[in-house]
Amino acid sequence: MAETNGNNVGAGNGNGTGTGNGNGNGGGKVATMVAGAKAVQARAVEEIKETIKAPEKTDLWKSILRVKHDETPRSRALGVLSNVFLHLHPAKINRDAVAYNYTWGMGGMTFYVYITLVFTGTLLMFYYHPSKVVAFRDILYLENDVPFGKLLRNMHRWGAHLMVIMVELHMFRVFLTGSYKKPREFNWVVGVLLLVLTLLLSFTGYLLPDDQLGFWAVTVGTNMARATPLLGHAGPFGSQLGMTPFNDVRFGLLGGSIVDSNALLRAYIWHCVAIPILASAFMVVHFWRVRKDGGISGPAPVVLESEIKDVKKI
Amino acid sequence: MANPTTEPAGAAEPKAKSKPSLATAIHAIFSKNEETDEGKTIARRRRFVMAAVLGTLSVNLLMFLRFFFPRALYEPKTRFRIGYPSDFGFGVDTKFQNQYRIWVVRNTEGIFVISAICTHLGCTPDWKPSENKFKCPCHGSGYDPEGVNFEGPAPRPMDRAHVELTPDGQIEVDLSHLYSWPKGERSQFGDPGAILRA
Repeated sequence: MAETNGNNVGAGNGNGTGTGNGNGNGGGKVATMVAGAKAVQARAVEEIKETIKAPEKTDLWKSILRVKHDETPRSRALGVLSNVFLHLHPAKINRDAVAYNYTWGMGGMTFYVYITLVFTGTLLMFYYHPSKVVAFRDILYLENDVPFGKLLRNMHRWGAHLMVIMVELHMFRVFLTGSYKKPREFNWVVGVLLLVLTLLLSFTGYLLPDDQLGFWAVTVGTNMARATPLLGHAGPFGSQLGMTPFNDVRFGLLGGSIVDSNALLRAYIWHCVAIPILASAFMVVHFWRVRKDGGISGPAPVVLESEIKDVKKI
Repeated sequence: MANPTTEPAGAAEPKAKSKPSLATAIHAIFSKNEETDEGKTIARRRRFVMAAVLGTLSVNLLMFLRFFFPRALYEPKTRFRIGYPSDFGFGVDTKFQNQYRIWVVRNTEGIFVISAICTHLGCTPDWKPSENKFKCPCHGSGYDPEGVNFEGPAPRPMDRAHVELTPDGQIEVDLSHLYSWPKGERSQFGDPGAILRA
C-alpha cells in the first residue's frame, strides 16, 4: 500500500501521509515546480518589457503588418511568405508590367468595385425584404425616404453595371496581351468562372427590385432555361428524360412554375449569400495564382544602369 | 506486491507496434511493396472510413438537390369561371388579362381563350386595338386577333386554353390544359375543348 501511495505522489503533489521515500520525492518536485513557475514569470515579464520597447519585433506584429526586410531576393521572398496581405500586394513587381497603358488597371479596379458592391449591398440588406408584397415598396422607400438610400442603391446599381463592363474589359486586355498563355492557362479558366459568376450576380440582382424591367428580364431569362439540353423540358432529350415544367432546371431555379415569391427569395439568397462566397473564393485563387505564375505578364523588365548602381550602394 | 501499471513505463519500447502513425499508414496504402497484414488491415480500415465519409456527403448532396424541388406549390388557380358566353362580343376581350393572363376571343366559329404568353420567351403581348394585333413588348413578336403569329421571333401561334360550359351555363377555363399549333405540325385549335361553338 505504501509503495503504491508513494508512486502516486507526482499526481498528488506532496502527499504528507506517504512514506519517507514518497515525501522526499514530492518535496523535490514542488521545489522544481516553484522554480519553474518563477522562471516562466521572469521570462514573461522580460517578454512584455521587450514588447513594449519594440512592438514591431513581435511575431504578432510581423504576422499582421508588413515588415521591412533587407534588399535581398531571399528576404523579399520571406516577406511574401510571412505576410497576410501578400496576395493583394506583391512584395516585388515588374515596373513595366504594371504600366496603365498595358494593364488598364482593370483587374484591380474590378476588385475595388466588387468591394464597393459588397459594402453597399450589405447596407441595402438592412432595408430590403425579399418578399413579393414589400420588395418594390422597399425600393421606393430606399429611393425616397431612407437617408442616403438613393445614393447607396444607385452606387450598387451602377457599380454592378460597371463591374460587368470592367470584367469584360479585363478579359479583353488579358486576351490582347496573350496573358492566357502558358503558364497562366489555369488562371484564365478561373477568370472565366469569375466572369460567369459576375454575370450570375448581375442576373439574380436584376429581379430583386421586383419592378417590370427585372420581372420580365427574369421571365425571359428563365424561359431560355426551358430549352436546356437534358435538363429542360423543352430542350433536346429533355422530354425523353421525363422533364416537365414542374421538375426541370427552370423549376429548380424558380422554386415554382412561374416567376413568383419563391423565385424572388431564391434570387435573393443566390445574390446575397451563395454567389458572393463562391466568387470571393475564386478571387482569392485568382490573385494567388497571379503571384504564383510570376506576377502580371509582360515584357522582360528593363533595368537602367543608374538603378543597378543604386541597388549596389545599399 | 509491485504495482503492475508502473512496470511497462520503463520497460516497454517507446514505439508501440499496435499504433502506427498516419504517415506509416499512408505509406502502406500507396507503396507497391509487399504489405504486411497489419498495413493491409489499416489501409482497408482507412478506405472504409473514407468511403463512409464520401458516401454520407454524396447522399447529403442529393438531399440538397432534392430540397430545391418543392412538392406543393402556392400558385394561382389554373381552373376558373369567366362568365356566360353572352358576356363576350365579337373580337378580343382583354378584361381578364390582369387577373388570369388570358384573352377571350369570339370569331365566326365560336369563343376560345388565348393564354397571354408570347411563344418566344414568355412575356405578355399587348393588344393594340388600333392596329388590330397583339404586339409583344420584349422582342416585337406580332400576332393577329386570333393569336396567330405573323411577325417577329415567335415560333408558333399563342396557345389556347381548354374551355367548357358548366351546368349553369358559365364558361370554365382550364389553363393547365393547353392546345397549341407547333410549326409544321397539326393544329390542335379545332380539337374538342379548344373552342366553344356557342
